[in-house]
Amino acid sequence: MATFNNTNLADFKGVWVFCEQRAGVLMPTDFELISEGRKLADELGVELCGLLLGDNVEGLAKELGGYGADKVLVCESPLLKDYTTDAYTKVICDVIMEQKPEIFLIGASNIGRDLGPRCAARLHTGLTADCTHLDVDVNKYINFLKESSTLDLSTQKFDMEDRNLKMTRPAFGGHLMATIICPRFRPCMSTVRPGVMKKAEFDQAKADACQIVKPAFTLTEDDCKTKVLEIVKATKELVDLTGAEVVVSVGRGISKDVEKGIALAHELADVLGGVVGGSRATVDAGWLSADHQVGQTGKTVHPRIYVALGISGAIQHKAGMQDSECIIAVNKACNAPIFECADYAIEGDLFKVVPMLIEEFKAAKAGK
Amino acid sequence: MKAIVCVKQVPDTSGKVAVNPDGTLNRASMAAIINPDDKSALEAALQLKDNTGCEVVVVTMGPPPAEGMLRELLAMGADRAVLVSAREFGGSDTYATSQILAAAINKIGLESDDVVFCGRQAIDGDTAQVGPQIAEKLHLPQITYVAGVEKVEAGKVVCRRELEDGYMMIETATPCVLTCLKEMNEARYMSVSGIMECYAKPMEVFNYETLKDDPLIQIDTIGLKGSPTNIFKSFTPPQKGVGMMMEGADKATCAKLAGILAGKHII
Repeated sequence: MATFNNTNLADFKGVWVFCEQRAGVLMPTDFELISEGRKLADELGVELCGLLLGDNVEGLAKELGGYGADKVLVCESPLLKDYTTDAYTKVICDVIMEQKPEIFLIGASNIGRDLGPRCAARLHTGLTADCTHLDVDVNKYINFLKESSTLDLSTQKFDMEDRNLKMTRPAFGGHLMATIICPRFRPCMSTVRPGVMKKAEFDQAKADACQIVKPAFTLTEDDCKTKVLEIVKATKELVDLTGAEVVVSVGRGISKDVEKGIALAHELADVLGGVVGGSRATVDAGWLSADHQVGQTGKTVHPRIYVALGISGAIQHKAGMQDSECIIAVNKACNAPIFECADYAIEGDLFKVVPMLIEEFKAAKAGK
Repeated sequence: MKAIVCVKQVPDTSGKVAVNPDGTLNRASMAAIINPDDKSALEAALQLKDNTGCEVVVVTMGPPPAEGMLRELLAMGADRAVLVSAREFGGSDTYATSQILAAAINKIGLESDDVVFCGRQAIDGDTAQVGPQIAEKLHLPQITYVAGVEKVEAGKVVCRRELEDGYMMIETATPCVLTCLKEMNEARYMSVSGIMECYAKPMEVFNYETLKDDPLIQIDTIGLKGSPTNIFKSFTPPQKGVGMMMEGADKATCAKLAGILAGKHII
């Protein structure tokens, strides 16, 4: 039998959050995770620590306190300037085995999803990917199930003393949800989907009170088998329709002023971070090229958000988009079939409604 | 030089996903396909073969019917296939799966200039964990989110690694593990002669007996019992109700909609 040094659960205490920085700038996800970590630390009655690696990054640490971190562990070295799997994994795992946190959260960015599994494998512990909901307290978890599941709770048994982290994540494109636990090993690790957890209000007093600790660690050139040759920041390339997270489509409803209609769709798509599509009518009329067409003879899309502007919603069009997670429709005719599959519908002139939507979406996103 | 490609057979979740009334996935209703990222990993390995003449070994862990998928991969151009299949391996989470695959790679034999190719993630689990965990178990460097293999030369690999806001060029030493994005290439089709020949190519089965002497294979590191994570509950989200017709079409309506969407973390 193998022996592991992380099975004595009582040795592990505290909630830790990996705080990712790129080029000396904290990622927005850090604040979301610190805020969520605060909630979990309170449920457990323990301390919340941020873990920050980099070169000359101590100055960033206090800000994390403003969102709820009691303490930030800062590990600085020129070898930690840019993220590399080898260096970051070594330092993080060494510090974790030294200080033994109970829970370790990582943002599910391209970097977090590289780091998380590597650390979990080295520590011999469980890792749940891309979580969208986290609970320790059983009552809170039951309340979450009441709102977000179709389970018949009267037939479910719960151990009210259970202090395991309950990590919920969507599987199979969100058609199924699974709550995962890691009952036998520590730390309990989770990568958390960016943009899901709510950011707390920044509190300057808490930021001032936040303690900065510099744990000792060893890291040499020999520990780094990968080398970053260059980092290139790119403006986002045009995403193709099928892979897009957000699709804003236009239909015959833009005929009054085609150019303006398409410009509005582009502007709305930019606000939401998506691409522009269209119905067959717009392609047949030559307003958009054929690779923009959504529908039975065009592309089938299932984005997170589908916005249908001036599209009546013929069955041929719906066949290509009805599995989208959230459908928003704007149409002048109250009896348009698109309203049957829309989650949110506005009856009105798209040329008047869309500019207001752009403004309000911008404001809502800025307020987050 | 050798390219080892880890491939998974997955249910096609790109269309409609059917869920049984008890909340489990209705796998029978979906076609089994080669995981898209893995298909690109194979293509990257085959391109390396085109350039260097290296051997390409494909390996999968799964039930016996996964052999059909391995034949497809042989028909696309792989030289040798390994099916890792045993009752003891069932119920593995990503940790246990990577232990078993790492043991299988040890058995295949890893030399100093070999490269292990994996897909970034499988479309059924969406975890993106097995590749890095294999790398850790084999003590190899890794490059994940590979969008292009720029250079492979004596003991050295340079890859383009995607970031949300750009990319990194990373150099690492072989042997190493690369996890590939499906966008990196367009996988080739099986050829008719490939299909004819695929039945004559070697197909090995590694079962528990084959791998049990590897230190990675222990009862507390494989299968359901060896998995650190367990499913606590699984459930279906509430069905989509009838949509919401917003009142009016003015600024207040738009603000209300933005508020609802922001509240539900949709925007």
